[in-house]
Amino acid sequence: MIGKYALRFVALGYLAVLLVAPVSYVFWRTFEHGFGPAWDAVTAPDALHALKVTLILTAIAVPANTIFGVLCALAIVRYRFPGSGIVNAVVDLPLALSPVVVGLALLLLYGREGWLGGHRVVFALPGMVLATIFVSLPFVVREVVPVLREIGTEQEQAAATLGASAFQTFRRVTWPAIRWATAYGVVLTTARALGEFGAVSVVSGRITGETQSLTLYVQDRYQSFDEVGAYASAVVLALIAVATLILMTRLKPKEETR
Amino acid sequence: MAARAAVALPAPKARRPLAPGLAVGLSTLYLSVIVLLPLAALSWRAHGWDAITNDQAVSSLRLTVLASLVVALVNALAGTAIAWTLVRDRFPGQGIVNALVDLPFALPTIVAGLTLLALYGPRSPVGVNAAFTRWGILLALLFVTLPFVVRTVQPVLLELDREMEDAAASLGAGKVATFRRVILPNILPAILSGVALAFARAVGEFGAVVLISGNLPFKTEVVSVYVFGRIESGDPGGAAAASVVILAISFGVLLAIGGVRRLATRHDR
Repeated sequence: MIGKYALRFVALGYLAVLLVAPVSYVFWRTFEHGFGPAWDAVTAPDALHALKVTLILTAIAVPANTIFGVLCALAIVRYRFPGSGIVNAVVDLPLALSPVVVGLALLLLYGREGWLGGHRVVFALPGMVLATIFVSLPFVVREVVPVLREIGTEQEQAAATLGASAFQTFRRVTWPAIRWATAYGVVLTTARALGEFGAVSVVSGRITGETQSLTLYVQDRYQSFDEVGAYASAVVLALIAVATLILMTRLKPKEETR
Repeated sequence: MAARAAVALPAPKARRPLAPGLAVGLSTLYLSVIVLLPLAALSWRAHGWDAITNDQAVSSLRLTVLASLVVALVNALAGTAIAWTLVRDRFPGQGIVNALVDLPFALPTIVAGLTLLALYGPRSPVGVNAAFTRWGILLALLFVTLPFVVRTVQPVLLELDREMEDAAASLGAGKVATFRRVILPNILPAILSGVALAFARAVGEFGAVVLISGNLPFKTEVVSVYVFGRIESGDPGGAAAASVVILAISFGVLLAIGGVRRLATRHDR
């Protein structure tokens, strides 16, 4: 009996000290002097511009990774082709790779002396988009692959034998089975895209009011000793994270009981 | 039933569910352009072994690997304890705690670093200052890697057959013996794969560490920050050389996880 309570105490205590206390403290510090200063900080022109940049990056990366994520999952599960094992490993790579390395790789490819250099990719929005797509690539694939494996091909083959075209089979049979997994993957992709820091930091050149995303803005404010600005923007990102979390818990049970 | 019967018939010329050329071709192209091409450029442009073998680089690499090992070990214990509490214990607010575990996945890393620095930094209200120390690095890495072991162990623990434990208990095994001989062997592959993921993540972490570590060379500079510094000081070749080392570690860990998974599924059969 004592053991049970001791374990609960250790587990919850660990979460409280590491996770809950620091995050709550930043919320408290942000609204310490009321709502006004925090609101002023997040509606400053540079902050709004940073938010806009972050939203643009996410708005491009998420649809791209959703469409190609489902395609990649189909390719990995449904077809045996030479190099399918490599494709599988490459999809996982962004999960394990340091974002700084990702940024550097893009810099070397599209930068001044790069193979595809010369265009305005690096130190501009296109480079940041590529970085965001890179780091948030695995999530839809990883969620859809196990579901595709589980449902098998019986129903798809049945549809095909009954004369359905490839597209009809996908729309009427495959898609209804994987749509919750896709939705869950989209939520994870969005969270990762909104929060990307390292890779974007390397390729953006961090030009205030131009290539500064919201995460870069948080760092910039903190290093300029503007604590209110840093905390308030961090809270905006944290609130988005909490919203993501709520969506995640909503989507998960559906996935399991499907 | 009708659908099943149709499958059982020797279908004259069963069409593939989707045009294979399209799915395979497009996804290979996408992965090549987004992932492989940049990494090829990175490997191609890497030069200057000095960037990896100088004292500062070696020291940052050693610190990163050591810190990641410690973080992996702490996660093995704390993650398993949290997963256990979530599955086997019942207490009010459990659903919220369960959702909270995912917070580090959702929270941007720079925000994670900032929150830790606010509470455990130079102006800490609780009188703990981990800023610019190795303790700060450990805190940041533990924060971002928290969900990995919990989320790999939790589903395995949920599906674990309790009858085995009852059997062990009825045969006279104590709680410790039951855990060590019955439960642990079942959840060990999950713990290992969670630990490996946490280790890989810790080796590459940048955003959470960059503010709290202070990035003092030879003291609190992790390898991601070292690479970042090389880029900033106009040495992309050296940065790329160090990156190739990180890339090799990440790929090695991924292969190891694949190995653990294969081992786990073989046990199932």
